[in-house]
Amino acid sequence: MSPLVDLLVGPHGIDRYLELIRPDLTVRDASARAVAVHHQTKRSVTLTLRPNAAWTGFQAGQFARIGVDIDGVRRTRTYSPSCSQHRADGLLELTVTTHPEGLVSRHLRHGLRPGQVLHLAEAQGDFVLPARRPERLVLISGGSGVTPVISMLRTLCDEGHQGDVAFVHYARTADDWLYQREVEALAAGRPNLTVDYVATREGGRHIDERSVRALIGGRDPASAVAAVCGPPALIEAVRAIWQHAPERVLAESFTPPSLNVGDTAADGTLHFLRSEIAAPIAQGTLLEQAEAAGLTPDFGCRMGICHTCTCRKTAGAVRDVRTGQVSTEEDVDIQLCVSVPAGDVALEL
Amino acid sequence: MPTKHPELTPDQIEELGRELDELRNRVRADLGDRDVEYIKRVIKAQRGLEVAGRGLLFAGFLPPAWLGGVMALSLSKILDNMEIGHNVMHGQYDWTNDPALDSKRFEWDTACPGDQWRHSHNYLHHTHTNVLGKDRDIGYGILRMSEDQQWRPRDLGNPVYATLLALLFQWGVAVHDLEVERIESGEVKLSDKRDILQAIWRKGRRQVLKDYLAFPLLAGPAAPFVATGNLTANLTRNVWSFMIIFCGHFPDGVEEFSEEEVENESRGGWYLRQMLGSANLTGNRLFHILSGNLSHQIEHHLFPDIPAHRYAELATEVREICERYELPYNSGPLHKQFGSVVRKIVRLALPGSGSPEPQPETAVPVEVEHSQNARELVAA
Repeated sequence: MSPLVDLLVGPHGIDRYLELIRPDLTVRDASARAVAVHHQTKRSVTLTLRPNAAWTGFQAGQFARIGVDIDGVRRTRTYSPSCSQHRADGLLELTVTTHPEGLVSRHLRHGLRPGQVLHLAEAQGDFVLPARRPERLVLISGGSGVTPVISMLRTLCDEGHQGDVAFVHYARTADDWLYQREVEALAAGRPNLTVDYVATREGGRHIDERSVRALIGGRDPASAVAAVCGPPALIEAVRAIWQHAPERVLAESFTPPSLNVGDTAADGTLHFLRSEIAAPIAQGTLLEQAEAAGLTPDFGCRMGICHTCTCRKTAGAVRDVRTGQVSTEEDVDIQLCVSVPAGDVALEL
Repeated sequence: MPTKHPELTPDQIEELGRELDELRNRVRADLGDRDVEYIKRVIKAQRGLEVAGRGLLFAGFLPPAWLGGVMALSLSKILDNMEIGHNVMHGQYDWTNDPALDSKRFEWDTACPGDQWRHSHNYLHHTHTNVLGKDRDIGYGILRMSEDQQWRPRDLGNPVYATLLALLFQWGVAVHDLEVERIESGEVKLSDKRDILQAIWRKGRRQVLKDYLAFPLLAGPAAPFVATGNLTANLTRNVWSFMIIFCGHFPDGVEEFSEEEVENESRGGWYLRQMLGSANLTGNRLFHILSGNLSHQIEHHLFPDIPAHRYAELATEVREICERYELPYNSGPLHKQFGSVVRKIVRLALPGSGSPEPQPETAVPVEVEHSQNARELVAA
């Protein structure tokens, strides 16, 4: 954007005008318009999105922050695209598993209609394939952890990858299997792709060395690179199988660390991310506790009026001392002087 | 400071605080789509008026286009600064988590850098409202606005300074955090304020370049019409916002406080001070929007981070609370409230309270000065 245009549209910036013409016309803020919404399983929703010009793309395996406005509040969540990074039509595919308590996942399944616009932020994450694609690869996923892994598989197929690829997916029941038909279709014309879908609550075996060997023609698992995404137990099991070649495991945990939300003075840790300090929770507001930890956050009134101490909470639970309300939302601004921790908290301080 | 209401007991003050907290929490819990839709509608209107205003001024050689352009651009700047900028920067929409409505990131279409405003206004003024010696909004360091402020001979110029401040209000606001009066008294050095000056220069320069160079040049032969149009729009916004803001705390009957009075003040005491130290303006819905809902100054000072379009609804309950505690609820039409502010500016140009009662001979020139001043402001 030229400096002259910047001057003319200042101080708000060009996007604050363009978005009034059409919400996804922005040139700096990435967003995506829903073009299709369908349900693969009872507990998931698959979205096909058209990103706008500001979206810079992603590498298979990465995640993006998706923002959706629900009752006036922007809620952001991270999801890994499940399409190929080379997808020719430029569309983005997300599969979201719904949770009974999940505000955003339920909204995406029940409330989102084609044509609506979601906010996007740049793709991030280092769960990606090596630039030199491995000769032998085992793609392992559990539950909703399939999304970055299916993206890797589709990307390799688009690249005409000739190496051996084994794909194995674990879910509780066969009804919860995601992308089974798509993966079988990919395997049909590719002798180098082996596929296995396992239902662990319907007699399917959990992962072990024998089952991995069976997938890769009886070879030593350490001769292959593993890319695994799923719950911590699955990742631990894979690391154990590859214990002699830990550098050959690419892993991403897909279960958020559970929040401890207490009633009164909570146990837990305050993480001050910018200053790289961690402190056990003590008495007092977050402002007082940050100061006690040796930090010097901006502040003004110290009574919740002036918003000078407003700070980003990237994760964790805090209680507003005025209303008693607990916020567990990720990536929201809170007022330090009227907030007390209600469990582990991570702050951009 | 003489009070015209019964002294409340500490218990009553606590109870008052509890009631107001409860009111705040009730509205806070109810915020949602409706509030976002409202502010987005105002933003859309403002951006539309801005584009229309600037477009019309490009055809400014036609007098109706120039006049229409000035009106649209004035309204745009008024909405931008007052109903949008002032309120968003208070954190009224922080709960939406929308970066475009984020109090910390918002910048407005005026010379004052957002960061400095957040400090001088959100913190200093809203925390220390009407506390002499702490609230720098009492006279902006230029005017004598309280009889408890020591009279100096230079205060004879009070009406002149006020007129200049009204005309140049965006620059008065811009240099607010510079604390000129403390530099003047030698309390702080100009060099201590380097960062503040630099930020004002950066923001102010862009505002000036935009309105008086870039847009006029873009208009080619219509450049003079665009430049004069932009100047008129800036002036209109300046005078309008000066009038509204000076009606917030200076009309007759508004109370001031000393630093001793507010020592160890409770939350209830803070609420009480906000009520006694603010005054409302009456008018229709459009008037309230164009005042940035600062016409509900009392509600704004009680709940500075509640979306301002809610103040009209809150006013009913706040008024009822005031009645129950026999507290004054200072409210009146613009001409009446502003008239009393102008009288105060003129009266306090003279030593003491400037009160004319015992000396009728001084009352005559005061009246004359007042009406001249009022004419100047109206003409501006």
